[in-house]
Amino acid sequence: MSEKLTPENEPRIPVTPRLGKKSTRVIEHFVAPLEETPLAAVDSVSEGGAPLSLWAEAWRNLRKQPLFIISALLILLVIVVAIAPQWFSSVDPTSCPLADSAEGPRAGHPLGFNLQGCDVYARMIHGTRASLMVGIFTTIGVLIIGGTMGALAGYYGGWLDAILARLGDIFFALPLILGAIVMMQLPAFRDNRSIWTVVLVLVIFGWPQIARITRGAVIENRNADYVTASKALGLSRFSALVKHVIPNSLAPIIVVASISLGTFIVAEATLSFLGLGLPPSIMSWGNDISSAQPQVRNNPSVLLWPAVALSIAVLSFIMLGDALRDALDPKARKR
Amino acid sequence: MVMFTLRRFLQLIPVFFGATLLVYFLVFATPGDPIAALSGGKPMAPAVEAALRAQYNLDQPFWIQYGLYLKNLVTMNLGQTFSGQEVAAVIARAYPVTARLAIMALVFEAFFGVLFGVIAGLRKGKLFDSTVLVASLLVIAVPTFVLGFVLQLVVGVQLGWAKPTVSGSAPWNELILPAVVLGLVSLAYVIRLTRASISENMNADYVRTATAKGLSRRRVVVVHILRNSLIPVVTFLGADLGSLMGGAIVTEGIFNVPGIGNLLYKAILKGESATVVAVVGILVIVFVVANLVVDLLYAVLDPRIRYV
Amino acid sequence: MRLSRTSQALGLAVVVAMSLTACGGGAGENTNATGDATKVITANNTEPQNGLLPANTNEVGGGKVMDLLFSGLVSYDAKGATVNEIADSIETKDSQNYTIKIKSGKVFSDGTAITAQTFVDAWNFGAAAKNAQLNSYFFESIKGYDKVSAEGSTEDKMEGLKVVDDSTFTVELAQPESDFPLRLGYTAFYPLPASAYKDPKAFGQNPIGNGPYKLAEGGWKHDVSIELIPNDKYEGPQKAKNGGVTFTIFNNPDSAYTEVQADNLDILDQVPPSGLQNFKTDFEGRNVNQPYAGNATMVLPSYMPEFKGEAGSMRRQAISMAIDRQQIIDKIFYGNKKAATEFTSPVIDGYEAALPGSEALKFDAAKAKALWEKADAIDPWPAGKVLTITSNIDGAGNKEYITAMANQIATNLGIKAELNPIASFKEMRALVNEKKLTGASRAGWQADYPSLYNFLGPLYGTGAGSNDGDYSNPAFDAKLKEGLAATSVEEGNKIFNQAQEILLKDMPVVPLWYQAVQGVWSNNVNTVEFGWNGVPLYYAVTAK
Repeated sequence: MSEKLTPENEPRIPVTPRLGKKSTRVIEHFVAPLEETPLAAVDSVSEGGAPLSLWAEAWRNLRKQPLFIISALLILLVIVVAIAPQWFSSVDPTSCPLADSAEGPRAGHPLGFNLQGCDVYARMIHGTRASLMVGIFTTIGVLIIGGTMGALAGYYGGWLDAILARLGDIFFALPLILGAIVMMQLPAFRDNRSIWTVVLVLVIFGWPQIARITRGAVIENRNADYVTASKALGLSRFSALVKHVIPNSLAPIIVVASISLGTFIVAEATLSFLGLGLPPSIMSWGNDISSAQPQVRNNPSVLLWPAVALSIAVLSFIMLGDALRDALDPKARKR
Repeated sequence: MVMFTLRRFLQLIPVFFGATLLVYFLVFATPGDPIAALSGGKPMAPAVEAALRAQYNLDQPFWIQYGLYLKNLVTMNLGQTFSGQEVAAVIARAYPVTARLAIMALVFEAFFGVLFGVIAGLRKGKLFDSTVLVASLLVIAVPTFVLGFVLQLVVGVQLGWAKPTVSGSAPWNELILPAVVLGLVSLAYVIRLTRASISENMNADYVRTATAKGLSRRRVVVVHILRNSLIPVVTFLGADLGSLMGGAIVTEGIFNVPGIGNLLYKAILKGESATVVAVVGILVIVFVVANLVVDLLYAVLDPRIRYV
Repeated sequence: MRLSRTSQALGLAVVVAMSLTACGGGAGENTNATGDATKVITANNTEPQNGLLPANTNEVGGGKVMDLLFSGLVSYDAKGATVNEIADSIETKDSQNYTIKIKSGKVFSDGTAITAQTFVDAWNFGAAAKNAQLNSYFFESIKGYDKVSAEGSTEDKMEGLKVVDDSTFTVELAQPESDFPLRLGYTAFYPLPASAYKDPKAFGQNPIGNGPYKLAEGGWKHDVSIELIPNDKYEGPQKAKNGGVTFTIFNNPDSAYTEVQADNLDILDQVPPSGLQNFKTDFEGRNVNQPYAGNATMVLPSYMPEFKGEAGSMRRQAISMAIDRQQIIDKIFYGNKKAATEFTSPVIDGYEAALPGSEALKFDAAKAKALWEKADAIDPWPAGKVLTITSNIDGAGNKEYITAMANQIATNLGIKAELNPIASFKEMRALVNEKKLTGASRAGWQADYPSLYNFLGPLYGTGAGSNDGDYSNPAFDAKLKEGLAATSVEEGNKIFNQAQEILLKDMPVVPLWYQAVQGVWSNNVNTVEFGWNGVPLYYAVTAK
């Protein structure tokens, strides 16, 4: 309906500027042609049943979107690769004869070999699990911690905001590397170096960003008319936060979360590069990307393939985020 | 508003002490022996070792070390690096360089991020939108150390458009390429945040009203949609300023920028508490002030938000 | 005595060398003669880690600068041979008592005279505990060092140093050490002007030396650059042939590499891993790849139960033979190194390529596997135990070769092996010093001064300072002592090589390869010559 109201396709009724003053301002008035405006349809109220909850309605919207279907299929594919890499590659990624170092593709090895003589394709397939887990679980972690902290800080304000936001400042000011160097050396971490320790470190130093974004979005929405209205209707302050403010603040959170998922996977690469991430026996895209740096000039494909895999994963999550955002936004809904 | 600002500055005090305490503890807890590293793997006379430990209070338990640090701090003495330089002097040299680099990166990502984000948001699903998406993916998936390395080789050496590394005085023009590299990942965030906000707000009632009032499309976009879309972007940029300053380690390394990032990284590896704590202490101040500015901007962008 | 003879012979060598340079810059192409002697040369460096005091500079960044700012009793030429600088003669009859005569008329760049007292004071300053100089252990051979270096000691005069007259002093060592004169060109033994002792810290920022260069006014811009200008009061074999040397501080050799490509930087003495494959084509006719006095090894700690006793000895040999050094050199280093056949370096006088027992450093997968199984029969390798190779990976290039080596060991011995990455050098040192290694660890040595002993004594002598694996063998210690007491360097070298045969059997560390310097230079300078220690001969570089 809204697209009809753009100035281009509306009849223009020019108004002559007031005499006396030389104004370049042209005031235009628009009136929608009555015959094209289905007034009855606009004003009618569906009484077919109880209104659907926000989430149910979002789901109804979502499953019809091609963007959602494509991204969901892609994510499904990536998850299957992560769970059962052996279905996609029969080559042992840990068998690395140095004689094959930097060799090009040949039968059975479609993407060639890296500097150590490992099969690039097999490593790409087998690296999916660790990378995906780091990306997804870190994102979930920062969403839970950062989202909660940010929402509470922004919504209630006052001393709670002061404490939570300043806590965020402290953690944010600590560079990830410093935190990681220390945490990964603590005996509890050192002896159990795994995907989970990496996730934990990334969550501890990554939550303030989501907290900031959530806080900003909640502050923007907490004074909106619908919140006042819902409170007037007797909804408790907290329920108004959960039922109305948060769902309306999700857009920027989803955007940041879907990009962060990719940057967390790359952050794992940086940590591994510095000797602080996953142990060398666990394969990951990040690890392969970071160790490809010295060969970029002569053997760029070693960098290319894990980066492509990472891009596909990130792309599918960004698309999913877009679809989810559209589905949740009542204003963007088309009838 | 004045009270709000004042209160925020008062909050700086506990934050500063909290951060320095935490950082001091973290550096204290890192394994390894800074003095053993000073000898470079060669032997060191026991007396020399003991003297060095005493000089940097490394022979003291944690609370005494931190107490001594605070005591010196009161007299504006930030301590010394392991190479015997004053930390204050080292930071005074490196800080302006990093600040310049970070601000340039911020301006770059803010300007192009909002510009591309608005266009992409207005033409959702069109060619420009998709191109920007693919480009953002490239920036996200290829780490800075690879991207920076390639850009340096192509722009600096093969094309010869810029000096490959930054000279000691770090003039503005030489910082352009590093600033672009530094701001690239954040650029992806800004573009997508702007795009999402724009496409969300395009359907808002006030846009319809503004359009109905007969405002030009340009005015609707710039004054109404953009202004209402900026809160998440401003939030992100505010938080990013501090990250750009402390997190420029890779970029500063590639372009040989004598800034805070490199200083901090080396100090962390060496276990040089005095330097690490001082740098992080300043970063905390930057974060708090940047967040204050962001909060004040909220009120400017959205009149419904008010501070008492 | 042999040493006094050498000093005369060396004096002659200087004359020959100088006349050669006068007619055109050494052997080969006659390009240097056309050089512009007023232009300033730029080179890469790292920020010196300490103030520039001779006895407090123990790393490459500071060392490169110190060696240009100061000159000692002797200096080393490109091949590592000692050349007299300040010394007129260094004489001894028993390798324990030395009489050192210095040339008259030598001065610091500020005009202060250099006398016998100058050296004695400088060495006492370097050794005394109260001054806390990092290199103080370099004076440990001198009699009386134990007293001045004791913790809390206020004494600062070693009894082994005596001034005879203005140009003569004597050195008494605690025991005979025939290679003592070779050490005297090392940074720690440089002289210091009296002004240094008033405020050593301030002096370290603005040193006054006696070398071919001096620091320009305010020349040390921390973390940015160090500007050196020729010292016109210097007379000697290393006289500057250019208008000065400016070191630019680089935190990462990759960025320095691109600056030489863009002709903004003249000399880079360390091609980064990303350039190893291309530097010979990127810098056609402007590159060098030559061995220097350093090597890479892998420590197999003697305190690990798996490496003890007869089975341990077999395992060490097996690991050594399971590594295909040449393949790693070819694939990871693109052929830019040379596989090790002993424990020192081919650059050092006395080096023998084929010592008896050196076949243990040759790749032989079948033999390695057989030996490993034999060791297992005596004392089985714990089931599932991973052989870790610990290395700090904050320096570029370690990760790649260790991963490759671990893969080879795993494949050839049928065990699990992997890199154990450590984030910082300080942590790595702590692990090593506290004997907490639980597997192999990366090691290497860069010589302080060109001598076989420097590669053996400090590393494998019982209780020696850099004996990371806690190796101890009385027979080896005895050989070292015998070699030091020898009356000539040649004779000493023979005995040191016999000591190496013991090492080849015990294999306290696995020698991997000899280090080589890969250097490149810009179009603005003529051919750059690199020295025995991998450092460019900056003073001899001429601009085009």
